Amino acid sequence: MNISILDVLRLSFVALGANKLRTFLTMLGISIGIAAVIALLAIGTGVQEYVNQQFASAGSNLIGIVPGRIQRGGPPSGFGQQSVLTMADYAAVSSNIPGVVDHAADFTSAGNIVFGSRTSRVQISGVTPSFAQVRNWPARKGRFINDADMSARSRVIALGVTVVKDLFADGEDPVGQIVRVNNVPFQVIGVMEQKGSSFLGDQDAVAYIPLSTAQERLFQALAQSKSGDRLISTIYLQAETDRDRLLIQSAARNILRERHRLRPDEPDDFSVISQQELLDTFGAVTSVLTIFLGAIAAISLLVGGIGIMNIMLVSVTERTREIGLRKAIGAKPSAILGQFLVEAVVLSVIGGALGILIGIGSALGISNAVDFRPIVQPSAIALAVSFSAAVGLFFGIYPARRASQLNPIEALRYE
Amino acid sequence: MALTATVQPPVTNGNGSNNTETVPVIDIRDVTKVYKMGEVEVHALRGVSLQIHKGELVAIMGPSGSGKSTLMNILGCLDQPTSGIYRLDGVDVGKLSDNELAAIRNKKIGFVFQSFNLLPRTSAIDNVEQPLIYAGVPRRERRERAKAALEAVGLGNRLDHHPSELSGGQQQRVAIARALVNRPALILADEPTGNLDSRSGAEIMYIFQKLNMERGITVVFVTHDPRIADHTRRVIRIADGQIVSDQPVADPIIACPEEPLHGQPKHKYFL
Repeated sequence: MNISILDVLRLSFVALGANKLRTFLTMLGISIGIAAVIALLAIGTGVQEYVNQQFASAGSNLIGIVPGRIQRGGPPSGFGQQSVLTMADYAAVSSNIPGVVDHAADFTSAGNIVFGSRTSRVQISGVTPSFAQVRNWPARKGRFINDADMSARSRVIALGVTVVKDLFADGEDPVGQIVRVNNVPFQVIGVMEQKGSSFLGDQDAVAYIPLSTAQERLFQALAQSKSGDRLISTIYLQAETDRDRLLIQSAARNILRERHRLRPDEPDDFSVISQQELLDTFGAVTSVLTIFLGAIAAISLLVGGIGIMNIMLVSVTERTREIGLRKAIGAKPSAILGQFLVEAVVLSVIGGALGILIGIGSALGISNAVDFRPIVQPSAIALAVSFSAAVGLFFGIYPARRASQLNPIEALRYE
Repeated sequence: MALTATVQPPVTNGNGSNNTETVPVIDIRDVTKVYKMGEVEVHALRGVSLQIHKGELVAIMGPSGSGKSTLMNILGCLDQPTSGIYRLDGVDVGKLSDNELAAIRNKKIGFVFQSFNLLPRTSAIDNVEQPLIYAGVPRRERRERAKAALEAVGLGNRLDHHPSELSGGQQQRVAIARALVNRPALILADEPTGNLDSRSGAEIMYIFQKLNMERGITVVFVTHDPRIADHTRRVIRIADGQIVSDQPVADPIIACPEEPLHGQPKHKYFL
C-alpha cells in the first residue's frame, strides 16, 4: 500500500504551517504577480470595451466619406489641386447606391457663439436633419434641425452640452434664446444629449445648424468651390448589415472616382472610412496594449515563481534530516517528491487565489479613479489559476526532485 | 549474482510459528562493501556472515572505522552490499529497487537513532504515526496504533506533547514507539543512549528489554558502549570489516526501574 493523496496534502500543509511567515511571504510573491495579471488585463479589457462603446454609440455600420486622403498611420495628404466633396457628390452617393438605409451630410467650420457677455469657440456644423438619426444622437431638450429649417435656411441652432455650460448660467433654459454666431443671430432650438469626452476630445463642444443655412448664409464664402459648387465636409451613409457596408463602400468609391474624373493610376482624392474599420484599428492597438500589460504582469509572476523555487530549495536543505528520516521509515522517493511538489503547488495556488482577490479589488479601486470600467473576465481568472499552478509545478519540480533523490544515510547524518 | 536463483519465498506475517523459528530475521552471507573514493577503494566490509533469529537481543560492537556503521546501513536496507546475500525475514533484499527497499524499511525495520530524529513542532502521536502514513494505513487505525505504541513505552499521557516539551529520555521513547508501530521484524538501534544521561539510558534499555522479553521483538544495537552490550544476550564484535568475535553474554544486566544501573535512585516507569 502507498501513501494516500490526502496524506500527501496533509503533510504539505503541516510543513507549510511550520513556518507561517515564510509561507506567507512566499505566497505574497505569487499573489502580487497574479494580482498584477488580473488588474492589468482588466484595465486592458476595460479600455477595449470603452473604445468599442465610443464607436458603437455612432453605429458600427456607419460609413463616412471625407475629402482628401487619410493614410493609415500618417497625416492626411492633399495633392495637386485641393480635393473637395460637393453637394452633387452627396446626391450621387446617397441616391444611387442600393442598401443605403439612411444618409446625412455636414459642413463644419469653427465659429464663435456669443450670448450676452459670454463667448464659446466651437465647431459649428451645418447638417441635414437626418444627422441626428445617422449619428444616433438626439436632442435632449427642445428639438433637432428639421426639414422645414432646411428648406427655409432658418437661423436656428442646437447646442452641445459644453456650449450650453459656456454660455448660460446654471438653471437657465437655453431653448428659445437668441445667440449670435459669427455675429449672425440664431435661435436656440435644442440641447444635444451629452456624449462625454473621450480620447477623441470633448464631443459636446459642438453646435448644429441647418446645412443650407451654413452653406448659403453663415459660411457662404468657405462653403463654395472655385466652380461655384456648394461644399460638404462629411458624407454619412448608413448600411443595414456589415455585408452591405462593404458593398456600399466600394460602390461609393467607384461613383466618386468617376465623378472626380480620376484616371485608374491616380489615387483617391477622398477617403471612405467606416466605423468598423476604425474600430478594428483601435481594437488592434488596444489588444497590443492588453498583451503588453499582461506581459509586464507575467514578469512579476515569474519573479514570484523564482521566489517559490528559492524557498523550496532552502526548505529542502533545512529539512535534509527530516527527509532522511522519512526515507528511513519507508517513504518512497515518489512520496518525498509528491510532498515537496504539493507544497510548492499549494503555495502558488493559495497565493494565486489571494492574488485574484487583490487583483479584483484593485480593478474595482481603479474604476473609481478613471472614466472607463476595468473588466475582470472569467477567462483571466482561469488563466491566472492555471498559470499559478503551472508556476508551482515548474519551479517546484527541481527542489522536489532534489529532495527525493537525497541519499538517506547522508541525509540522516546531515548537520 | 547466481545465488539469487535460490531466493526463498517471503515469510508473511500470518505464516505461523514454524517458519519464524527456522527462518532467521537476519541472514547475511559473505557480505562485502567497497566504497570508491576517487581512485582508492575502501573495503568497509570484507566478507561478513551473520544470522540473527527472532527474539534475539544483540549488540554489534566495534570502534569507529570498523565497518559497523556500514553493516548497520546494510542491515537497515539503507545501503546495498557490493557482494554477498542479505535475507531479511526470508526476503532477499540484495537486488531490490529503491521503491522496494523503502517498502521493506517501512514494514520490516524500525529505526532508533542516537539523535532521536523526531519531527519538530509535531506532537508525539503524529511523530509515531509517520511510518503508518507511508504504509497507507487509514487515519483512524493510525491513531489507535500510534496511541497503543506510545502506551507501550509509557507515554500514554504525553500523546499531544511536542518534542520540545519532552525530556531526552521521553523523546527517545517516542522514537522507540515510532519504530514499533508498524510491527517490524527487527528494531535497529544506533547508539540509542548516546545522547542521554545514564538514568535516561537505563530507562531506554529497560524498554528495549521489556519489549524483547514480553513481545519477542528482535532488537539489534549498533554501539561502542559496553554498558549497552552488557544488557544484551549476544555481542558481535567487528573490526576492520570483519567479525572478530560472536559470543553470548553470560549474565546480562536487567535494567529494571527498581534497580538503578549506575547507583542512582530509580523511578517506576511503568505502572
